Parts: sequence; C-alpha cells; structure tokens
Amino acid sequence: MRKNPMMNVKNASTFAKDKQKYSIKDTWGKLLKYCKPYLVAIIIALTCVIGGKILAILAPDKLSDMTAEISVGLSGNMNFDAILNIALILVLFYAGSIVLTYVESLIMAILAQKVSKKMRTDISKKINKLPLKYYDNHNIGDTLSRVTNDVDTIGQTLSQSIGMLVSSVVLFLGSLTMMFITNWILAVVAICATLIGFFAMALVMSRSQKYFTAQQEYLGKLNGHIEETYAGHNVIKAYNAEDKMNKQFDEYNGKLYTCAWKSQFLSGLMMPFMSFIGNFGYVAVCVAGAILTLNGVIGFEVIVAFMIYIRLFTQPLSQIAQAFSSLQQTTAASYRVFEFLSEEEIEDETSKNVRLSTTSGNIDFKNVKFGYNSEKTIINDFSISIKSGQKVAIVGPTGAGKTTMVNLLMRFYEIDGGQILIDGVPIKDLSRENVHNLFCMVLQDTWLFEGSIKDNIKFNNPNITDEEIVKACKAVGVHHFIQTLANGYDTILNEEANISVGQKQLLTIARAMIQNAPMLILDEATSSVDTRTEILIQKAMDKLMQGRTSIIIAHRLSTIKNADLILVMKDGDIIESGNHKELLKQKGFYAELYNSQFEEN
Amino acid sequence: MIKLLKYLKTKEWLLVALCAVFIFAQVWLDLKIPDYMQEITVLVQTEGSLMADVWHAGLMMMLCALGSLVTAIVVCFIGAKISATISFRLKKAVYDKVESFSMEEINKFSTSSLITRSTNDITQVQLFTFLAMQVLIKAPILAIWAVFKIADKGWEWSLATISAVCLLVIILVIVMAFAIPKFKKMQRLTDNINKVTRENLTGVRVVRAFNAESYQEQKFEKANEELTNTQLFTGKLMAVLLPAMTLIMDGLMLAIYWIGAFLIDSASQIDKLTIFADMIVYTSYAMQIVMAFMMLIMVFMIMPRASVSANRINEVLNTKPNIVDGTYDSSNNDIRGEIEFKNVSFKYPDADEYILENVSFKVEKGETVAFIGSTVSGKSTLINLIPRFYDATDGVVLIDGVNVKDYNQKDLHNKIGYVAQKAVIFSGSISSNINFGENDKGEMTAQDIEKSANIAQASSFIESMPGKYDSNIAQSGTNLSGGQKQRLAIARAIARNPEILVFDDSFSALDYKTDKVLREELNRQTKDITKVIVAQRIGTIIDADKIVVLDSGKIVGVGKHSELIEKCEVYKEIALSQLSKEELENA
Repeated sequence: MRKNPMMNVKNASTFAKDKQKYSIKDTWGKLLKYCKPYLVAIIIALTCVIGGKILAILAPDKLSDMTAEISVGLSGNMNFDAILNIALILVLFYAGSIVLTYVESLIMAILAQKVSKKMRTDISKKINKLPLKYYDNHNIGDTLSRVTNDVDTIGQTLSQSIGMLVSSVVLFLGSLTMMFITNWILAVVAICATLIGFFAMALVMSRSQKYFTAQQEYLGKLNGHIEETYAGHNVIKAYNAEDKMNKQFDEYNGKLYTCAWKSQFLSGLMMPFMSFIGNFGYVAVCVAGAILTLNGVIGFEVIVAFMIYIRLFTQPLSQIAQAFSSLQQTTAASYRVFEFLSEEEIEDETSKNVRLSTTSGNIDFKNVKFGYNSEKTIINDFSISIKSGQKVAIVGPTGAGKTTMVNLLMRFYEIDGGQILIDGVPIKDLSRENVHNLFCMVLQDTWLFEGSIKDNIKFNNPNITDEEIVKACKAVGVHHFIQTLANGYDTILNEEANISVGQKQLLTIARAMIQNAPMLILDEATSSVDTRTEILIQKAMDKLMQGRTSIIIAHRLSTIKNADLILVMKDGDIIESGNHKELLKQKGFYAELYNSQFEEN
Repeated sequence: MIKLLKYLKTKEWLLVALCAVFIFAQVWLDLKIPDYMQEITVLVQTEGSLMADVWHAGLMMMLCALGSLVTAIVVCFIGAKISATISFRLKKAVYDKVESFSMEEINKFSTSSLITRSTNDITQVQLFTFLAMQVLIKAPILAIWAVFKIADKGWEWSLATISAVCLLVIILVIVMAFAIPKFKKMQRLTDNINKVTRENLTGVRVVRAFNAESYQEQKFEKANEELTNTQLFTGKLMAVLLPAMTLIMDGLMLAIYWIGAFLIDSASQIDKLTIFADMIVYTSYAMQIVMAFMMLIMVFMIMPRASVSANRINEVLNTKPNIVDGTYDSSNNDIRGEIEFKNVSFKYPDADEYILENVSFKVEKGETVAFIGSTVSGKSTLINLIPRFYDATDGVVLIDGVNVKDYNQKDLHNKIGYVAQKAVIFSGSISSNINFGENDKGEMTAQDIEKSANIAQASSFIESMPGKYDSNIAQSGTNLSGGQKQRLAIARAIARNPEILVFDDSFSALDYKTDKVLREELNRQTKDITKVIVAQRIGTIIDADKIVVLDSGKIVGVGKHSELIEKCEVYKEIALSQLSKEELENA
C-alpha cells in the first residue's frame, strides 16, 4: 500500500533540517549491520531481481522475432513451428522472470519484517536502559513515532524500495542497451523524447515543494487548534469564545484549503505527465520507425520491439525517482532510530557485588549536591539523617526540590556530589535493582496500564495471590468500589473506564503496599483523595509500616501533620526541621504557611 | 460515504460534470492513439506509402497525446479542488458541530476520538475523493469503450482479454479477501504496540521503581510478535500481486500474438494486412482494459478505510446536541447574581444511580457559597449545572430567578465566570488568555487585564516573565507550572466581570498562603459578585457565607462553619481530618 504523500513530505523536510547533523554513510552502515544475518538472502534476492529483469528485457527482442515471423506470413505461409518455438521461449522467459520476481519480493518482505521486529525490540529494551534525564528533554510522542512510523518506513523501504531501485536500474540500463543494439537512431529518438518530457515534469515538481511544506505547516496548526478547542470545550462555552475560536479556525482552514488543493493538484500531475512521456516516446518511435521502415533501413518488427522498450525505459525513471525519495526518507528514519539506540545508557551494574537484602531503614544524605543540568544546581548542600522507623515528611513550595530528593534516593538520577547511604552503604555501590527493591513507592501521577484491576495490582509479581490483593484493596478502602463494578477485580482499566483520579490513586497505593518492601516513599500520593479517605489510608499504612522508614511528600499539610520529622525545603535547602508542634513554635516559614489558613481578614 | 456528498454545492456538482466531460475526452483521445498507430502500421506495410501520410498520422497521434495531457491536467485540477473543498467544508461542519455539543456528547465520543474524527478521518475522505474522481469515473468509461472498440476485431482476441480480466479479478479478490481483514487487524496491533510503548514511557519511573523492566519488555515482545506475524502474512500475500499482474499482462500479450498468427494464416490475402495491423493495436487496447480494471480494484481496496472514516464523521454530524438555547430575553431582568436549585437530581444517561439527589438551596447576590464533600460526593457535577454544561435530570436550576434552560446560552454564560478543576490554558499570550472570549461588556483594556491578574495573585510571576503580559504561552500552557496556570485561569474569570464566579476546586495547586491572600483580595475587590466555590481544604471555605456539605449526592448540612462544626457529623469529620480540635476552636 502506498504511503500518504503528505507524510512523505514531512519526513523529507525534517530530513533536510537534520541533514548537516549526520552522515548518510554512517546511518546506512548501521542499517546494513542490522541486515547482516540476512546478507546471503539479500544477495539471492538482488540476483533474482537482476535475473528477472534481464529476462524481461530480452523478451521484447523475442517478441519482435515473432512479429517478424508473422509479417513474413503476411505474404506467404505462416511458419508455425518457428512461431511456436519463439512463443515457447517467451513463455520460459516470462515464467522465469515472474518466478524470480516472486522469490525476490518474498525474501525482501520476510527480511523487512525480521529487521523491523528486531529494531522495535531493541528500542523497547533501550527505553528501560536510558537514564531518566533523557526523558526530561524528549517528549513521548517523539519516541513513540520512532517505534512505529520510523521503523515502518524502514520496513517499507526494505521490502519495496531497494528491490524497486535495483530492478529499475537494471531495467533502465538493460532497455537502453537493447535499444542501442536494436537500432541506434530509434534509441536516440526515444531518449530525446523522454528527456523533454522529464524536463517539463521536473519544472512542475520543483514548484510543488513549497505547497507541501505549507500544507504540512497549516495542517499542524489546524490540528493543534482543534485539539485545543475540544480539550477546552467547557471553558470556551462558558466564556462565549466560540466566535473567536471560529475565526482562528476559519483562517487556518482557509489557508490549508489553498495549500491542500495546490499540492494535491501538483502531485496529481505526476501520473498524467508520466503517461504523456510514455505516449510522447511512443509516438516519436512510431513516426521515426515508420520513416526508417519506409526507407528500408529496418523491418517493422523493430518498431514493435521499440514500442515495448520505450515503456520499459520510461517506467523505471519514475520508479528510480520514487525509490530515491523513499531511500532519503529511510535515511532520515534510520538516523532517528539509530540516534535513539546509541543514546548513552545508564551504567552497567552486573559487576556490583554489594547487596542489601533487607535493611533496618537508616538513610543518610551527606552534603548532597545535584542539578538536572550542569548550569543550574537544584540541591546545594543537603544533609540529613533519617533513623530507622521514622516517618519523615518533606514540605515546601513548588520547585523547592522535594521530588528531586526522592529521585536521588531511588537513584533515578545520579548525584553530582556528596553521598546517600542506606544502613551505611553508599547507594552508589548497590545496583539500582537492589535499591528499588528496598522501597515501595507511590507517585503523584497515577500510572495504571490497560489491563484488569487485578493485573494492575499484581504488576510484575506473579506470585501475589488474590487474597493478598483483596486485603490490600480493603486496607486502602477501594475494595467496596471494585465490588460495585460489573466485573469486579477483572474489570479492564482503560481510557473509557469510569474511575476517578482519586480511585486511581488508591489502586496505585494498593499496588505499592503489596510489594511489602522495607521502606516507603509517597510522593503526593493522596493529593486527589479527600481528606477523610486519606486518614483511613494513613491508618492502614501506619499499621503496615510499623517500624519501617517512610518518606512522604505532600502539599496538603494535614497529610503530614503527624510525621516524626518534617523537613521544610526551600530552593534546594532545608530551612526548618522538626515535628509539627516544634515547627509551629519556631514561628518560621512552616508556621506561616500553616497558619495562613486560619487568619482573619 | 454518499451522505457526505451533500457537502458539495451546485457549483461543485457542475465541476464534477465538467470533470466527467473531460474524462470522456481523455479516454477518447487515449483510445485514438492506437488508431493512428494502426494507420502507420498499414502505411509501413504497404509498398509505396507516402512519407507525408506517416507524418500526418504521427502529428495526429502527438496531438492526441498532448490533448490527453491537457485533459488529464484539467481533471486533476478539478479533482484537487473538489477534494480540498469537501475536506474544508467537512472540517468546518464537524468543528461547528462539536462546538455545539454539551459535555454529555463530548464524553460519549471522548475528546481524543473527536480530534481524530476532525482531522485524520477527514483527510482519509479527502484522499479518497481525489482518487475516486480520477479513477471511479475514468476506469469504467475506459474499460467499456475499449471493449466496444475491439469487440469486432476478432472474438478470439476478445475472449483472451476477457479471460485475462477475469483471472485478474479472481486473483485480486482472493488476495484481498485474505489481506483486508489482516490489514484491519494490523491497525489494531500497531495501536497496541503504540499503547504498550506509551505505557512504558509514561510510567518509566514506576516501571523502574518496581524493577518491572523485563515485565514490560515481555509485554512489548508479545505485541511485537503478533504484529510481525500479521505483517509477515500480508507481506507474503502482497508479494504475489506484482508477479501475478505481470503474468497476466505478459500472458495476454503472448496470447494475442499467438491467436493473431492463426487469424492471419487463415485469412484471405487482402485481409491479412488489416488483421496484422489490428493485432498490433489490439495489444495496446488490451493493456488499457487490464489497467482500467487494476485501477478500479485499487480504489475498492482503499474504499473500506475511507468508508469507515466517513461513517465516523457522519456519527458526529448526525448527533443532535442535547442542550439547546432558550428564548428568554434577559435584558429586562433586574435581578443579578442569584442562584437557586429546586429539588435538583442528576444522573448520567444510561446510569442507574443518581449522582445528585433532590438538592435545593438558594444563594443571594454577593454571597460566597462553598461546597465540600468527599471525592465522589457530586460537588463538581453540581456546579456544572450552573453554566448548563449538563441539564438537571429532575428539578430546576434558576439563575436570577429564571430557569437556565430558558436562557440563550450566550446570555447565561455572560453572567458567569467559570474556573475549571484542571486549568485550561490556550496557546497565545498571557493577555490573550486573560482577555478570553466575549462578555458583552465591550473590549477589555490593559488595565482591566492587569487588575484581574493582580487579584488572582498572578502579577508577580507574569511581571517576572521576559515578555510580561505579551509572553508567549505554549499549547496547554506547558511552559507554566500548575499553580501559575490556575492563577491565570482565575484571572480570566475575574476579568470577565461576571455576576457569578464559579470555582471548581480551583485553589488546589496554590499553597495555603497564596490561597488565603487571593480569597481576601477577591472579597475586597469583587464584593458584589456571587461566588461559588468547590474545595477540598477546610481552610479555603472556612469563612464562606454558606457552606453546603454533600455526601453521596445528598445535602447533609448547610450553614456557616461555626454552625456545621457543631451540627453536621460529616463536616466535622472532614474538618478533623485536616485540623486538630484546638485549631478548629481557635479558627
């Protein structure tokens, strides 16, 4: 199936932009490496193409022999034996050509799938090997399009374009040679006629590029506008902003209309032009051939052969052009795939032999320094000692570095200076997997995947029993709600599922609780749960976490009031610490924050 | 698909008719070329032909080819215009329709599905229209005409051609019968790959925290395997197509020559030359016929996809919005800023359980009323009934003494400044986000904008931005923090200078202090405006004139904080979950 031409243009234009950045040789070298296991198959396939096309080129020659035989029969007796012989040879030629073409397309189709599959697998594995830093600077849509669109483009090129390119080149050169062998005058006529046609076409096509670019641009703008309008539907209605939004929409839509029909028109011209070039060459060959025949230079059968050659000759030219543009897209697509695959990975930790299978829960931050990028330090000099079994809360305004502390503790990011120790062991010496096993963690954004509630709670631990799941759900108070669903614990969670953010948070808490790890991290885990439910969860947690260290980040101060230690952070530093009562007594930042809810006017 | 054709006007239908005429001309010209070819063949084979005759025939052929090119360009032009027009009109129609929808219809389709329907689906229809204009009209004309032209040249040849076409159709139908379901499946599997990858990407922290990398990779491998297998199947199947086409074309050509040899042999001497010329030309016609059928089949191949898109578009266009404008003329009403709910109940269509049951209360001008309750108590639903995002299932909602259903929606919305739970920010600038929509009170001045930003506690961050009020805002406000977006949305509502301000949990991303200062400013500067607040925090609503406590869709308490803390058990529980006893007493 042919790809949408608009998409091609988009790829082509991004390609132009990226051009300077990468070498084509490099990219294709890497792509070849991927194909290496199938090298023999590729060579066989390409040999097939060449063989098949040579047979296809020789066929007209035989056909012209046949014409010659038949035209002999015009004035005398038909030599059926000779004709039958030629026909049989032709059948062999055609059959051979077809079998070879089929073998080639089959091999390339299979190869393309195998290579695409390997690429997708590699990308998927790579996703989990990249440092989180990578995701701070790259959006999800971009990575997604590498897995699907880019790999698809590569697959399509492998299965179609390479074969097409080789066969077109063979066809082109072969028919050129055959034309010259058959009759050089007609050959020159045919080439000239074709060139004139192509020149005219090139002129038209070179003008179409700007409309394609413009179309892509306005399509993007219009789609963005539509997304915005639909997403903000409520607000637009409530503010009577329909007219303003409509005006903008009409403007984009109108501009898109103009570029759309122009680019559609110009790209649609390709086909008529191609057939004109074919016809033009055909006419030129007929006329020139007739003149030559009348002068007795050639026989009529030469014209018949040329009528086919001219088709064989013009057809590959457009295919070569097409194949080149798709190779160009593939270079861009492969570059994007390989760029992703060659991103720096987190260090390999198989050599680390220190292991903490359990912990008493002492955590120490010693002069920790960190910034998400080298220009801006977020955490300046952070030191704190958390004792076994303590419930520690971190509060502070947005941007103070609360979540950063968790990121560092989980080793999602590497610190720039200082040390973080668990039970006296620097976490740098532990493998990430080991560190993660020590904590159960609940994040603010409720991440659930499409699957049943049961599977979501089990997640990657198949040993969890149904009883344990029910127990955890009861503890966080979501059991009753699950029971009211038609399929209970087997209800599939997806976009349409009617469950609130608060309920999702409860499910993620249940998922974390069931892991039963020695330490707990809650990062705004209950922000969408109402305060009464939150208290129930806290009670369940407290029971579960008795004697275990827990770290809680919360915006709502009521959530953390009963923590053993509250750390008030501002601009990457701890500015106050103590329990709720002590902090209120200090009458500092925390007290001000807390009391602001009671102040009289 | 056909239903969408009504979006073409008379002018376009005339163009379509014109297009058909040109296609007719094109086919005529295309089929004329082999005629001249035949003439040349005869000339060449006849002794003593004149050069001038050959030149003449050649010139005519050339003219036909040129004419064919010109007509093709015209056809292409009309096709491009019409397909772009259909796309233009459909986009507008769907967009307008969606704008007229209430939340109920939006939720029914889901926003992301509506976006796809307004963009990709329409593009599909556009591409198909263009192709159909070229092929659907041309192919049958070409096929039928060519068949008529050659029918009398020898039934043996015709039989060969018909067999070839039949074979072609059979092969394609068989291949497609197997391939199309797989293509549909492939789309689903590609979506699946996308979904699994997206899941892994969005949940990258959770996946790592749970050491679930290999779990996710296995899931991906499964999806990958499925997709690859399906693609392998279709790939192998499609690999048959090209050789099969070549086989048919080459075979037909050979058959025509083979038959020709016999026909010539058995013909009388005078006819031999004519038959020979016919044979040469016949191959050319036969190819045209086969090509025409191939094109037709290709169109039928992509038709299912386009028709699925067309149906999805029609679904949107045929949906009638539930909420329609009333006819009440509000210009003579002197009551301002009054809200009354009378026995209001609400449930979603198809749902069994009521979200709100028998809710009644009244708010006077300038009062602040707050709603509090647990996550599923129905607070948000309740205030969504005020700007009529939904209609109450039973009971009436009165604004300024008039049923909201009687208002023209524009008039109703002019009375209200609404701030959503999740701040909605539009691309543009700070000013364009504050000065948003129309309020029927004339243009907003820069001072108005700054004043509202000031009340909303947004001035400080706006002033610190490089372009101040003209600073660029990205789509969805991705360059602002949650708290900043919320303050901007609040400023927008204040700038509207409405009779009623509605805050749907709009202070949640603000810290206590900002929350406090903002509400104080609000009370000071907008005394006459009625305020409706939904909140989680007791602190946010503690000094409201009236607090309505909701539990499972029912009102369980109405009053001031001091009254409720004594009388209302639910309220007390909520309060105690946030503040200690002493704190509550001190407050």
